[in-house]
Amino acid sequence: MNSEDSQKTAVVEADPIIQPGLTLGSVTDKISSIVLTKPATPGWVFGFLVAFGLLMLLNLVITLLAIWGVGIWGINIPIGWGFAIVNFVWWIGIGHAGTLISAFLLLLHQKWRTSINRFAEAMTIFAVMCAGMFPLLHMGRPWLFYYLMPYPNPMWLWPQFRSPLVWDVFAVSTYFTVSLLFWYVGLIPDLATLRDRAKTTAKKVVYGFLSLGWRGSAVHWSRYEFASILLAGLATPLVVSVHTVVSFDFTIALVPGWHSTIFPPYFVAGAIYSGFAMVLTLAIPLRKYYHLEDLVTMRHLDIMAKVMLATGVIVAYSYVAETFMAFYSANIFERYQFMDRMTGKYAPLYWLLVACNLVIPQALWSRRVRRNVVLLFIISLIINIGMWLERFVIVVVSLHRDFTPSIWSMYYPTHWDWATFAGTFGLFFTLFYLFIRFLPMISIVEVRSLVHQTSADKTMHS
Amino acid sequence: MSEDPNHKNPPSASIDLATARTNLASSSKARLWRGLEELSQTPAYRDSAKHEFAEHADQAPDGIARRDVLKLMAASAALAGLSACTKLPTEKIVPYVRPPEEIIPGRPLFYATSFTQSGGVAAGLLVESNMGRPTKIEGNPEHPGSLGGTDVFSQASVLDMYDPYRSQTILFDGRLSSWSDFAAAVGNVRARLTAQGNGVRILTKTVTSPSLAAQIRKVLDQLPGAKWHQYEACGGDTAREGARLAFGRPVNTVYHVDRADVILALDADFLTEGPGHVRYAREFSSRRDLAAGPSASLNRLYSVESMTTATGAMADHRLRMRSTDVEAFARQVAAAVGVSVPGNAGASGPKVPADWMMGLTSDLMQHRGSSLVVVGQQQPPIVHALAHAINAALGNTGKTVAYTEPLEAEPVNEVESLRDLVNDLNANKVEFLLILGANPVYDAPADFNFRTALFNAKLRAHVGRYVDETGDLCHWHVPASHYLEAWSDARAYDGTVGIVQPLISPLYDSYSDHEVIALLTSDSGASGHDLVRNYWQSQRPEKGKAFEAFWETSLHDGLMAGTALPEISVPIHADFASQAAQPSGANGIEVVFRPDPSIGDGEFASNSWLQELPKPITRITWDNAAMMSPNTAHQLGLTTGSYVKLHLGDNWMEAGVFMVPGHVDDSVTLHLGYGRQLGVGVAGGDGRVFGDGVAGGAGFNAYVLRTSSNLWMAQGLRIEKTDKKYEFASMQHQYVVESDGQRADDISDNAFRRDLIQIATLDEFRKDPAFAQVPAAHEDKSLSLYPAFAPSEYGWGMSIDLNRCVGCNACVIACQSENNIAVVGKDQVIRGRAMHWIRIDTYFKGALENPEMYYEPLPCMQCENAPCEYVCPVGATTHSPEGLNDMTYNRCVGTRYCSNNCPYKVRRFNFYLFSDFKTPSLYGVRNPNVTVRSRGVMEKCTYCVQRIQEAKIHSQEEDRSIRDGEIVTACQQACPAEAIVFGNINDPASRVSKLKAQSRDYVLLADLNTRPRTSYLARVRNPNPEIHR
Repeated sequence: MNSEDSQKTAVVEADPIIQPGLTLGSVTDKISSIVLTKPATPGWVFGFLVAFGLLMLLNLVITLLAIWGVGIWGINIPIGWGFAIVNFVWWIGIGHAGTLISAFLLLLHQKWRTSINRFAEAMTIFAVMCAGMFPLLHMGRPWLFYYLMPYPNPMWLWPQFRSPLVWDVFAVSTYFTVSLLFWYVGLIPDLATLRDRAKTTAKKVVYGFLSLGWRGSAVHWSRYEFASILLAGLATPLVVSVHTVVSFDFTIALVPGWHSTIFPPYFVAGAIYSGFAMVLTLAIPLRKYYHLEDLVTMRHLDIMAKVMLATGVIVAYSYVAETFMAFYSANIFERYQFMDRMTGKYAPLYWLLVACNLVIPQALWSRRVRRNVVLLFIISLIINIGMWLERFVIVVVSLHRDFTPSIWSMYYPTHWDWATFAGTFGLFFTLFYLFIRFLPMISIVEVRSLVHQTSADKTMHS
Repeated sequence: MSEDPNHKNPPSASIDLATARTNLASSSKARLWRGLEELSQTPAYRDSAKHEFAEHADQAPDGIARRDVLKLMAASAALAGLSACTKLPTEKIVPYVRPPEEIIPGRPLFYATSFTQSGGVAAGLLVESNMGRPTKIEGNPEHPGSLGGTDVFSQASVLDMYDPYRSQTILFDGRLSSWSDFAAAVGNVRARLTAQGNGVRILTKTVTSPSLAAQIRKVLDQLPGAKWHQYEACGGDTAREGARLAFGRPVNTVYHVDRADVILALDADFLTEGPGHVRYAREFSSRRDLAAGPSASLNRLYSVESMTTATGAMADHRLRMRSTDVEAFARQVAAAVGVSVPGNAGASGPKVPADWMMGLTSDLMQHRGSSLVVVGQQQPPIVHALAHAINAALGNTGKTVAYTEPLEAEPVNEVESLRDLVNDLNANKVEFLLILGANPVYDAPADFNFRTALFNAKLRAHVGRYVDETGDLCHWHVPASHYLEAWSDARAYDGTVGIVQPLISPLYDSYSDHEVIALLTSDSGASGHDLVRNYWQSQRPEKGKAFEAFWETSLHDGLMAGTALPEISVPIHADFASQAAQPSGANGIEVVFRPDPSIGDGEFASNSWLQELPKPITRITWDNAAMMSPNTAHQLGLTTGSYVKLHLGDNWMEAGVFMVPGHVDDSVTLHLGYGRQLGVGVAGGDGRVFGDGVAGGAGFNAYVLRTSSNLWMAQGLRIEKTDKKYEFASMQHQYVVESDGQRADDISDNAFRRDLIQIATLDEFRKDPAFAQVPAAHEDKSLSLYPAFAPSEYGWGMSIDLNRCVGCNACVIACQSENNIAVVGKDQVIRGRAMHWIRIDTYFKGALENPEMYYEPLPCMQCENAPCEYVCPVGATTHSPEGLNDMTYNRCVGTRYCSNNCPYKVRRFNFYLFSDFKTPSLYGVRNPNVTVRSRGVMEKCTYCVQRIQEAKIHSQEEDRSIRDGEIVTACQQACPAEAIVFGNINDPASRVSKLKAQSRDYVLLADLNTRPRTSYLARVRNPNPEIHR
């Protein structure tokens, strides 16, 4: 133990990552009981039904899209991309916090991540599922989506590799695959715990099947650790690369408001910003509802608020830099674009975005705000809205007035646009409700190791 | 059966032995004949010959006979398979280029024909026929009224023929009937009436067809009691009456716009409407050519008008003036150039800026013999007469303006003609009213109450392409043949006779006017072809073989050489101007009626291409509107989209308000032709019918305000505001004028700031011929990440001369027709999903009151560094070796990224299944060489790649290069102003290369280094330096 570690322990004592008093057994009981013993609460059933209803709405929208076409949305010429792409970027951005927490922070040995990484990762996977749906749905002929893949065919046709949309296909599918693997590998020991504690045959069989014969031998643990580190190593660059590639969808184009070199870092920061906001939005009600305050402590909330503050400042800087460059460049198209953002038909949305993303989150500088669960929850919601608006401003407002004034137009989302968006919430929350009901939402193994370490530290100190 | 007067046994008395002998002699081979009836070809025989058994022997006494049911079933089956089995007319028709025996599958043939437009004036056309289906209209280069150009109506007329909502069968009292029954009914009328035929009335539109007129005259000869009335809602009454005032008799006025250096248009949109407008647009733009560089001279156009028209937009000086004040203005101009106008005494004219009046009159005076005054048809006769007098005083007669005998076979005052008919109807004098093509129930002056009067006719028959408002109220309805299905003839603006040559047998059980009129004469039963041909055989000096040759030449060329009416010299009656001047400058609001620029007087209301065509200046589709200036709207508390009740006298109508920049204050312009109730249905993609919901119900019927005394304009319009709102589907306009009537930070300002429109005055151009050139910062062609494309023999490019374009929209419809472009309907236009591959961007410069207006036709730029190409994830849009941005529809998955990245936004997306795959009759109109795009696919202008490929195949067969001018794109072909030129830019000698070498040449958004292949020649205005803006 070096001095840095002991310093950390001191902090832990003052503001612990997990509440003291937890033992290995109590952690396991607490987490596994939600899945195994506690019956479904009325709250869970209600929430699940609402989410499932929205999922059925999504089914309806997809059916109509297949029958009628993307015309049911508000898109037009010149605004060829609307809610679908806004939502795509937003959802995929949200996913980033999960990967950052589970992979990036694992490599950096940030212990506090353990209590939140499991559901943050689940959030990532579900968000990427929602996100991945949009590029498919927004295609005019989605049944031909495989044209975007390099698959062998007798005409030797390949995707057009200069197009960022092809890069997207690779980036998003890689991201989803690695995230899913990483999440699943992390789940294996916990699944084995559930298998061992399950009372009913069905659960025994299912968890037994899913735990892939985990017996907890030293070899298993060694391979488990190795696989985790390996996947974390794979996933970590994705935190940066996926949203960079997503930002290429815009920067590679020459639309004023899109064509900007600042986008990759700005998008990554924005993604983490919105991702942490979403983690908070999910964590705060969860810890309250399932009485997990001693596992997901104020310390976690505080650190996540700080991460939001840091990424929020990067985002704010990007806004300022982008606007400054638009005027400094003396490019009349860029200039007009930014004037239009600030004073045009969509200006209220722009200023709302500034308020949500730039102004209100500054409250997080205050420790009191960071420690106020209700305020934190509200701010996290505001940031979620702000980041959605940011994507709306980038995608729609840039397109509605680009180079040729004669065809300038407005985008008005139809109720099917909203239904699609709401439908993906249905998908997300349906999966999430199932997740918290059927899988350990906090990593038992990792928290146990944390308990072990904490008590070891304590022992050492005393 | 015997009680039914229509079903008498065929009379056998009328056997004509002489005819029988002639027929027998004329058949070259010995032939068998069954009786005298057959030889003499009596109508009764021909009818009975159709039936194996005696007439009606097969019919059940009542109800629908089994055979009828079978016939109908067979007919529906035949219609269902229509696309596969079109049929050529049985008579000999002559193709333009090659004889019919050379029909090669997949290779189109062209036939010359004529299309009768408003006022009976013929447009000379070449019609492309693909395997017997007419698919595309082009201008006939040899026709004087066309010179190869066309207008929107001609271009769109081919769609009318395939309209699934055309009436398809003869109806009697709304029930299916037959031609023989109709013929019998007409015969019965003749039999029942006195020998004089008292009580027979024929109502036609304006007739210029010599053969039809001869037939009608024959009716009048044989039935002296019969009367012929002509009425057309937007006919040439005022011009005829004006000529009568000035010359004492109607004459036809022919302008030589190309010979005029100074033109004054008095409320005249002569570039896009009225007789000869296609020719005039060509002549006008030929004088806007700057190929000679700084030494070139331009004509100068002054326009005085109330509504902003296409012609006003081309004017170097435009004065907005209430239409009711134009008479006083004309009197002032007349007085200033030395015409004695005693009627002026005491009349106060409208306020005209002094320098404007001075500049105009001195310009006119300095150009004696090379100036021209043109008057619009909505101006009263006195203004037409004044214009004749001014032209005479300026020595223009015989130089820039010429007079001929009238085009009309029987020039009459049509309103009076219709009034006579209404009076006769009301006096119960009409036994049989035969209406040919006209729709007076819809478009007669409101004070005639034609609908009520019509019921007084004992027997009413309507011949028309639709069961329209009039057809619905007639006993008989006979489907009229489309001009591509029937024989006729018509005169062009200069009197040249063109033959209306059918390309296809009638799709339905339809008949031509000739065939119907023949029922009233002894020609009953003759075919349209024989009627027309026999007429000319009797008229022409050529006989026998010489006539054969003449006829074939005329069919081939589309016109009868040398039939242009000779110039006549007509002395001006000095005293007309003493007629007291109409009071001008009256308070209150005037209303002005105009034919709609897209659907005319309502005749084209069922044509979806025209309905969806953005009108010049306003860019409205699918609607008309109460158009007024932003000032007036503001004063009345109205804005675009307000809904008002318009009262004129006792009549009223409702309408949506649309603010038009440049419209004169205190004036409301209403386009006629909308608010149709019946006979319009417009089919759209996906089997959706726009008919009842949009085309039929859309717009507002302005005819209800129009009375015989106020045919074109009236004072004292009362506007009543309502709380309702109305949504217009305008394609571009919405940002020009803010709702408070003030100018918005609008599209136009930005267009000029972005150098999308380059303009200069002639003086500025002379000082700096290269004013349009963008600084050569981006000339370095290496400024691309990707390697350049290898050069090839051909590199296609286009040059569009903004100085020539008159904004007539012909290219838009031509493109739609050539490229199978779908119609999307009003709601989709509102949503910004119109599909036109070429659009006419319209920009305004200067104050809202009277802005300068600029057109810019925008097809695909076919960029060399195309932003659309590199973003397509599947390579559905790629660069061809010849520089085109090709679209592979099969490969397109519809990400729309290409459209987002197109700086010119020329790409169009099939958000829904816009193309109509369900209506069989519409299959026929499609160009077989162009894919019909399905849902979810991006599309755009291809420079008519199918035409390029055809020319390439052709040239490769002949082992040569493609000649310059061999490929003509659809837009270029249609353009009456020759503003669009396409060709090989790799060949420095090609016409397009030479145009691109001009100093005025510029490309849009050059900064982006897209290197477009479509470039523009900048607009140069020629204002009078004496007039200060």
